[in-house]
Amino acid sequence: MSRVQAESVDQKLSAVPDNFGRFGRFGGRYVPETLSAALNQLEKAYDDAIIDPEFVSELEGLFGAFVGRPTPLLFAERLTEKAGGAQIYFKREDLSHTGAHKINNTLGQALLAMRMGKKRIIAETGAGQHGVATATACARFGLECIVYMGAEDVRRQSPNVRTMKLMGAEVRPVESGSRTLRDAINEAMRDWMATVETTHYIIGSVVGPHPFPRIVRDFQSVIGRETIECCNKLFGRLPDTVVACVGGGSNAAGMFYPFVDFPDVRLVGIEAGGRSSNEGEHAAPLTYGTPGILHGSLSYVLQDLDGQTADVHSVSAGLDYPGVGPEHSYWRDSGRVDYTSVTDSAALDAFDMVAQQEGVLPALETSHALAWAVEAASEMSPEEILVVCMSGRGDKDAAEIARLRGQE
Amino acid sequence: MSHKDGKKQTGIERLENAFAVCKAEGRRAVSPFITAGDPDSETTVAILKSISTAGATCCELGVPYSDPIADGAVIQSSYTRALNAGMNLEKMFSIVSEIREACEMPLLAMASYSLIFRSGIEAFVKRGESSGLAGFVVPDLPLEESDELDEQCRRSGLALVRLVTPTTPPERAREIAKRSTGFLYCVSVAGVTGERTALPDGLIDRIKWLRKESNVPILVGFGISSADQAREVATVADGVIVGSAVVRCLEEARDVETMANAAGSFVQELVKSCQVC
Repeated sequence: MSRVQAESVDQKLSAVPDNFGRFGRFGGRYVPETLSAALNQLEKAYDDAIIDPEFVSELEGLFGAFVGRPTPLLFAERLTEKAGGAQIYFKREDLSHTGAHKINNTLGQALLAMRMGKKRIIAETGAGQHGVATATACARFGLECIVYMGAEDVRRQSPNVRTMKLMGAEVRPVESGSRTLRDAINEAMRDWMATVETTHYIIGSVVGPHPFPRIVRDFQSVIGRETIECCNKLFGRLPDTVVACVGGGSNAAGMFYPFVDFPDVRLVGIEAGGRSSNEGEHAAPLTYGTPGILHGSLSYVLQDLDGQTADVHSVSAGLDYPGVGPEHSYWRDSGRVDYTSVTDSAALDAFDMVAQQEGVLPALETSHALAWAVEAASEMSPEEILVVCMSGRGDKDAAEIARLRGQE
Repeated sequence: MSHKDGKKQTGIERLENAFAVCKAEGRRAVSPFITAGDPDSETTVAILKSISTAGATCCELGVPYSDPIADGAVIQSSYTRALNAGMNLEKMFSIVSEIREACEMPLLAMASYSLIFRSGIEAFVKRGESSGLAGFVVPDLPLEESDELDEQCRRSGLALVRLVTPTTPPERAREIAKRSTGFLYCVSVAGVTGERTALPDGLIDRIKWLRKESNVPILVGFGISSADQAREVATVADGVIVGSAVVRCLEEARDVETMANAAGSFVQELVKSCQVC
């Protein structure tokens, strides 16, 4: 009996990664030797930190007083009525300090950096939310902060660039390659290669070499844990369906991870479908990609037959990335999470709908999940509960949306 | 595979021979780096022939990759130019075959593991072997992830050159040295590839220490950009690797002939500075 139990514990989907950073076949650590020592140091610092009650209580304190956690679960009443099916709830990460879930991770990693005695922080950012969250954490702790951001993203997410600078961070526009998130990660890695002994790289999603995918997932898992607690309190049960948008996949990983061992809860990740399913016109590696290596880990990726990274497109800078976190690839192949994609135009429509029906301005990234949720809810019964991870707020996108519609 | 003398040598054996010749002639090895296909295959072949004639011991052929995180601006731009000009793996392997026919100089492919993995490890190594590569340098593949490629390289007799860096702890450096075949690549600085004006402090001592731990030749690279620096490193190492400085010297040349000549003269100068007795 006890043996059977032990086996079933081992087989839990949540029992990943292993010591090599493997989520099934995915993950790992494909980096230049220069970074190996720093990643080992980080792994050790993290293992020590999470069993140190002082670290845990400091982070919990910050989550409460600085971030404003727990974030509420909002019943989207008019949207539910409009969809005419399942009850739609928003997990309000957009109400977090700095306006998105990203702050959960940057605070945790900034504390880790200080444990390792590193006072210089670098980060990459796409939509700018991770850059803002990193700048914010660094300001809070008095750390030097440099944020790499693709020049194209600097243009389309200018409100966040201003915020980062106001927080005392230096923003370095990246002009190489496609001038978006992927190039920002390359540049941050290059910086780290040269400064690794004094600098910590706060990666912004569940991507990159081991142990980053695990660390970021764990810091973001507060989203799913709070959702479970809140659902139990409000409904006396878990939700039927939980949906989140997936770029690198940190809000989705944080939301899904606490749910993966509850097989009755349907989990759905929404990628950026862009303009079409043609190569270069979307950013949906789990939908259209193949397993490959990008930015230090093995995961689904959009690349050509030689292994060159493909161009990608999304109206949303935060989803405009050819790779995805390795744990999502694991969940995809194990069948635990369903992944699909939503186009630019459907996301823009959902943005309008949620703004006008609910008085909540969602981030363009989040709007992808919302578009799917409204569709899906209409095919579900009114007894069913659908939770959308409202990963971030859309103030940063207002100007870009106006520009796209020629309403500057 | 077969060559003029009809003898079938493995990639590792060809590298061993090349180093033995160097040693016999009282020289340290010089291994330049150039990008395959920058600006095109024809020029790359001409440059390789020229640096072989100039006395290069072996050469690293950079396989252009879209996201080279270990490379600085010079090599990154070179990769981008090559990819924009239509370089791909098929053309890269054709360059290798052509050089295998024409020169003795062993060629190593400097390739991201992303590219190797995408082709399939066994398939990629076999393709390397049949085109006449002597081995691989894989800058983004640490020890822990390298078993499969290591196994395939051993089967094909190709070298898997491993890298140690200033951040590698001693016991790990020992293990890397033990598992490196062909030669050991000692990275001079923590950072990306690129020219630097001075050799880092402690480098000479580090090389001396590694020399005792390694059974294969030690070549030092990253940041070595002048004949003077090469001369200094050559006092303790078995050779030098010069990358960005070669690529930059090619940027300034315009046509095939001047590029080949420029690379040839630069390599000749390096070879001269690595004459130790």
